[in-house]
Amino acid sequence: MTIAKRRKKSLSEYSTGELVMYRFRKNKLAMFGVVLLCIVAVAVMLAPVLSSYEAVSQMHVSDRFTAPNKLYIFGTDEFGRDLFARVLYGGRISLLCSFAIIGIAFVVGAVIGGAAGYFGGKVDSVLMRFVDMLMAVPSTLLAMAIITALGNGVWKLVVALAISQIARFARIVRSAVLTLRNVEYIEAAKCYGCSSLRIILKHILPNGIGPIIVSATLCLGQTILSISSMGYLGLGVASPTPEWGTIISENKMNIQAYPYLGLIPGICICLTVMAVNFIGDGLRDAFDPRTKN
Amino acid sequence: MSWLKYAGKRLLMLIPVIICVTFLLYLILAAAPGSLARQLLGDDATPEQIAAKEAEMGLDDPVLVRYVKYMADVCRLDFGESWVNGESVLTRFATRLPNTLLLSVLAMLFACAVGIPLGIGSAIKQYSLLDYGSSFVAMLLFSIPAFWLGTMCQILFCLTLHWLPVSGFDNWKSMILPTVILGANTLATMIRMSRTSMLDVIRQDYIRTAKAKGASMRTVISHHAMRNSMIPIVTQVGVSFAGTIGGAVVTENIFNISGIGTMLLSAVKSRDVPVVLGTVIFVTIIVGVINLVVDLICALIDPRIDLAS
Repeated sequence: MTIAKRRKKSLSEYSTGELVMYRFRKNKLAMFGVVLLCIVAVAVMLAPVLSSYEAVSQMHVSDRFTAPNKLYIFGTDEFGRDLFARVLYGGRISLLCSFAIIGIAFVVGAVIGGAAGYFGGKVDSVLMRFVDMLMAVPSTLLAMAIITALGNGVWKLVVALAISQIARFARIVRSAVLTLRNVEYIEAAKCYGCSSLRIILKHILPNGIGPIIVSATLCLGQTILSISSMGYLGLGVASPTPEWGTIISENKMNIQAYPYLGLIPGICICLTVMAVNFIGDGLRDAFDPRTKN
Repeated sequence: MSWLKYAGKRLLMLIPVIICVTFLLYLILAAAPGSLARQLLGDDATPEQIAAKEAEMGLDDPVLVRYVKYMADVCRLDFGESWVNGESVLTRFATRLPNTLLLSVLAMLFACAVGIPLGIGSAIKQYSLLDYGSSFVAMLLFSIPAFWLGTMCQILFCLTLHWLPVSGFDNWKSMILPTVILGANTLATMIRMSRTSMLDVIRQDYIRTAKAKGASMRTVISHHAMRNSMIPIVTQVGVSFAGTIGGAVVTENIFNISGIGTMLLSAVKSRDVPVVLGTVIFVTIIVGVINLVVDLICALIDPRIDLAS
């Protein structure tokens, strides 16, 4: 077995990445999170196989409010639409958008924070004042204000939520860069004549990536919650497009009589966010075992 | 006197923030595709009607001119009128602010009153049933969306069991559920924060010294550990407050409370720019003032913090 072979190596022969992965794999809750997230991701990706896009909006008038059964795994809503198809396709929007938001916020935040931390001085103070400005407004309000300007739409929602998360990433990347800026191997790279971009991308980023990944993961969970809250409020994704939040809001009046209409999409959100949070906590402990209590 | 000077400086620092935020929003608004006037008038509007409406709203000026005009009005405390019903933004905000502030403060108090003792208790008795129990509750509350928890609790406690009123915010009974729902997320943060902070402090040398002196566990915690562990917790209260005001949008909508949140949501949906801008400016100021108060409290708790530097 590969693990048995690896055990023979002495501790110093492991790379940092291998040690992190080893500690992560030993964390049961984190592995549970990985399995759970994989199940959700595979189910959502296989939506066309498990169900079909037509089923999302197809109304079965004779089958209104059917409780979960063999034909309709999650039951049907007041229009006789298949809740299973709606939850699967809704999950596509929720998950894809969350990843897109974190991706955009990370890239823009990394550029701002990286430049601020690496160059320091005037660049730092100008960029960080901009970040402070974004931080001063509560992120929900900032996102809502941007939606007012841009109007409704899935991608507009993504942009609005991404902008409201940029400041957080800029700060983390900046502090990661600041701690590494004066390390010997960076000086060595400068002496070799490496360009600033190469030093940031090849030397600083790989070494400071730990806390960035951890906070991106924890942020991902909160973003899934934000997207569905926005959907619930009717901002960004609007009914009849399915999204976990909009599914709950369009069934709001019928949940009392047919509890599965509220329970199923809600539990989907909870499980997904919980899985992401478990992974985030596991990564944090794996990158920095000292923080583990 | 030093703190007064510090407070003044911090308040002045809010001014550039507000200038930049409003400018950013004005820029996005100008760059947004589609005519706002057309959207307000509907698709049947003739080009003349649209042009007249744009002139009426002052939308035909260049962005910079509009922005400077708006800021000049704001300096005179004139935040404009709503595009939808012509009401003054300032009066609307003032009538709705008390409910939202009361709700947010109650939610914060609930989260602190329950979360801090739970967190500190689970740090003192690490790996006990209390520790595992409160960690589990915190993890659960972190993953449950507030809108779902609110809707389900409303259905259970108000519509099915009839224990609490479904909506409104005028007596203590109607305040219970909104407070708990809005405070739920902060409660999770508070449990985690105070547990971590207390665990950090408990492992310090001076705690070991206090224990070695023969002080009882109660004295060690209340005299030596408590005050030192409070700094990160108080800072977190300030950070969470901003989140709570944002979360109030959802809670107020579930329970149909007439506050800033419901006003903001309907303004965003009808693209009522003056109301949205005014609300964002006011809330930014409120959050800034609260963070200032939090920093002052921190300096009061820990004399080592020097406000002047």
